[in-house]
Amino acid sequence: MSTIKLTVNGEARTVEAEPSTPLLYVLRNDLDLRGPRFGCGLGQCGACTVLIKGEAVRSCVRPVSSVQGAEITTLEGLARGGVLHPLQQAWIDEQVPQCGFCQNGQILTAKALLDRNPNPTDAEIREGMSRTLCRCMTYYRIQAAIKRAATAMQSTRSGNQEVR
Amino acid sequence: MSAPSRRDFLRTSGMLVVGVSAASVAGADSLGLAAGQRTAGAQGPGPYPDVDFRQLDSWIVVRADGTATFHVGKTDLGQGTGTAFRQIMADELDIAYDKTSCVMGSTDVTVDQGGSGGSDALQTDGWPMRRVAAEARRVLLEMASSRLGVPVEGMVVSDGVVSAAADPSKRVTYGELIGGKRFNVTLSGANVDATTGVAPLKAVQQLKIVGTSPQRYDIPPKVDGTAKWAVDVKLPGMLHARNVKPPVAGATLVSIDESSVRGVPGFVKVVSQGNYVAVVCEREEQAIRAARQLKVNWKKPATAPFPASEDLFTYMRSATPTSAAKPVIVGDPDAARAGAARVIEADYDVPFQGHTAIGPAHATADPRNDQLTIYSNDMKSYGLRNGVARFLDMPRDRVRVVWMEGPQAYGRTAADDAGFEAALLAKELGRPVRVQWMRQEETAWDTKGPAYAVRMRGALDTQGHVVSLEYDARAADHNHLGYNEFDTVLVAQLTGRRKAQPAAGRASYPSDMYAIPNRRMSGSVVPLPLVWETPLRTGNLRDPDGPQVTFASESFIDELAAAAKADPVAFRLQLLTAARDDDGGFRRARSIACVKAAAEKFGWDPRPSPKPRDSGDILTGRGIAYAYRSQTIAVEIAEVEVNRRTGHVWVRRLVCAHDCGLVVNPEGLRRTIECGMLHSLSRALHEEVRFDTEKVTSVDWITHPTLTHADTPGVIDVVIVNGDPNPSRPDLPHYGAGETVCKPMLAAVANAIFDATGVRIRRVPFRDARVLAALKAAGV
Ligand code: FES
Ligand code: FES
Repeated sequence: MSTIKLTVNGEARTVEAEPSTPLLYVLRNDLDLRGPRFGCGLGQCGACTVLIKGEAVRSCVRPVSSVQGAEITTLEGLARGGVLHPLQQAWIDEQVPQCGFCQNGQILTAKALLDRNPNPTDAEIREGMSRTLCRCMTYYRIQAAIKRAATAMQSTRSGNQEVR
Repeated sequence: MSAPSRRDFLRTSGMLVVGVSAASVAGADSLGLAAGQRTAGAQGPGPYPDVDFRQLDSWIVVRADGTATFHVGKTDLGQGTGTAFRQIMADELDIAYDKTSCVMGSTDVTVDQGGSGGSDALQTDGWPMRRVAAEARRVLLEMASSRLGVPVEGMVVSDGVVSAAADPSKRVTYGELIGGKRFNVTLSGANVDATTGVAPLKAVQQLKIVGTSPQRYDIPPKVDGTAKWAVDVKLPGMLHARNVKPPVAGATLVSIDESSVRGVPGFVKVVSQGNYVAVVCEREEQAIRAARQLKVNWKKPATAPFPASEDLFTYMRSATPTSAAKPVIVGDPDAARAGAARVIEADYDVPFQGHTAIGPAHATADPRNDQLTIYSNDMKSYGLRNGVARFLDMPRDRVRVVWMEGPQAYGRTAADDAGFEAALLAKELGRPVRVQWMRQEETAWDTKGPAYAVRMRGALDTQGHVVSLEYDARAADHNHLGYNEFDTVLVAQLTGRRKAQPAAGRASYPSDMYAIPNRRMSGSVVPLPLVWETPLRTGNLRDPDGPQVTFASESFIDELAAAAKADPVAFRLQLLTAARDDDGGFRRARSIACVKAAAEKFGWDPRPSPKPRDSGDILTGRGIAYAYRSQTIAVEIAEVEVNRRTGHVWVRRLVCAHDCGLVVNPEGLRRTIECGMLHSLSRALHEEVRFDTEKVTSVDWITHPTLTHADTPGVIDVVIVNGDPNPSRPDLPHYGAGETVCKPMLAAVANAIFDATGVRIRRVPFRDARVLAALKAAGV
């Protein structure tokens, strides 16, 4: 066991774990976060996704020792000041989830996608999301929700510019 | 009505989210019910007697603040049934939807309605819910009557407020009438489905919340990370377990070298009974490591457990059946065929397909106080409770199952197996144990939908009319598993407890309303060599058998239409309208209405298939298929692009016309239909469980591909049809939705591929390589 220092959702956290422990188990079992979930442990499905430096990272295959000091954001950390992120709001507006188990990965992967490309085409959404799996097959509504959020975020941005 | 605000969601969903810290997971206590409002004996640390369905208090709690909680014995697998239950019950009770919440499926606080299954949540279980809510309204009106001194007939109710019609200043709220007190009203009914009071139900025309689309209350916590799932349960002193499965199907355990894991940090114990092996550790990652590291000596079986998957259908066609379905014969199909102008035959093959849930099977069991509490997402929580009690020889009232949400559970999943494993391990260790399967275990060992090999034969007269149709199925479904059986769950099999006789399994028949004068349907079940302890164990998978059966029957109707040079829609309509008789649910009339509605929405232009072939690399075409399940009708049209260079199939548009009677929540229904269709599309395009002669080789998302974002159709149109010839009948029933739409998709896509290319694919799935080979063979 080693002492590992992490920054998760803006908070400094310290845990005792083997350095090789996948980040996923530390987040879930030591830090009591429920957003990231185990789906495959193989980096194939996306259920365990977290954001690190703006990238969607699969925490099931990322040793905890490798992310010391990095700013880690989980689904729980997406809302700001009690206001949902536009993607989360779009997920509610489109009534996206069925069981919901995969949606952590869907939302965070979409977040990284929109941060890179604020106005993706349908093809870019399909491609950018294609490795994040949903076995309830909510893909159609996820894609609609991403477009809805992109529009909402763009109008917020242009609104802000006007204010400036 | 307007959607409830986010605050309302949080308030109401807070009632549902079971606290998972040790202190708060206590059934009714954690559900926030005030003392005195629970059903006698159904709270606290146990024992946990059955909740009495003949007590109104078991179903409905009304608080002083005017809010109400409905307790139902169902589970919501993500189709929004909880929201729909609130709608139908709030409507009968006359209370605002926002003031209600719903508690589901935990054996000590909800009546046993069996959990979920069969897409009958509204069709069957919705009725007692409506009746008890109507009864509660009746009782409240009587209380109001004596309180206000106004006869019951002279009062009106709106949103939980009772007032005198003649003098609205005379008013009292439900909360004032009953808040904090029990109804103490006994209901009647021979069984839970028949539960009733004496109040009549409202006529459909009086329902206000039914037919609207309040947003699902379970969605906000699922997108902000606050939802607590069965995977999230944590208990003091809890241990983590992982299974070690036989590496070869049918292998027997020879020895375990425990020294191979003693050095693993946090190692606690190896549990082994018969061929069941599990490793238990303090931390989750330790259990995973120890399970990988444990050295186990297995002896391979003397004979191969099954043929390799590429030989499966040859094997199935030559194997000796273990049982046969009762044939259905109409007219004289042999004579009709003998005298026909044209006879067509075709064989269709559908492989084993699995549930392969996005999150592997899991459960947590707490053995403290000589009782057992199991936290599980199993859709049949009551069956799990009963089965575990039997398995561990415990009194039923010492076992309870707390149902919590989990990854998709469309039928008999490995959640059943994991629940029993957690129970066994917790008993063995004397501490709470959380067990979870690994990905490869889930994909290889979860229950499978049976493989089908179907032979179709049809005969046409000189005018192209169908004079006979024959269906003969072989299903690899011997020893089909039931739900939560103490002698068939995997841990029972591996520890040597098993039924004397394997279940017969079944070979199912198509469901259509076609009027064909001479018809035969027959089927038999064939066994694989290894009957027990096999990863190729079959159980119900979302609309059990429907996709397989309908792939054959509805592909073949299309083949007959093509042979008759008839338009596939007109051909089906002609078969549907060739008879006039109908059943009590107007299934024929509604089938016809759905075929017409789908064709109209799609913009179907009548012509025979295949269409003249396009010249470029991308060939496009459309296909239709139809089926019913119980009283629910689904007609689907797929429009495909087939890449003739790669064999890749993209379904770019889907249309579904759907009639499930009275619709409770249209937006919820739409999504259930969309996702159900795409699940079946995944089965059409990708899914196949592959194996060699020793083991399943489909073990992850690479070796067992699934539909992805890239496959998603650009447009999905859902037409909700009310094909009832008398749509204003006051008791228009709510039929089920969910599984029906899984039936037609495989055939709709195959028919569209044929329309685009002139090539008929009779083997599922339609992966690129298979389609390309077929195109090449046909010179496309
Ligand atoms: S659980 Fe990490 S990618 Fe599947
Ligand atoms: S919503 Fe169930 S797996 Fe995606």
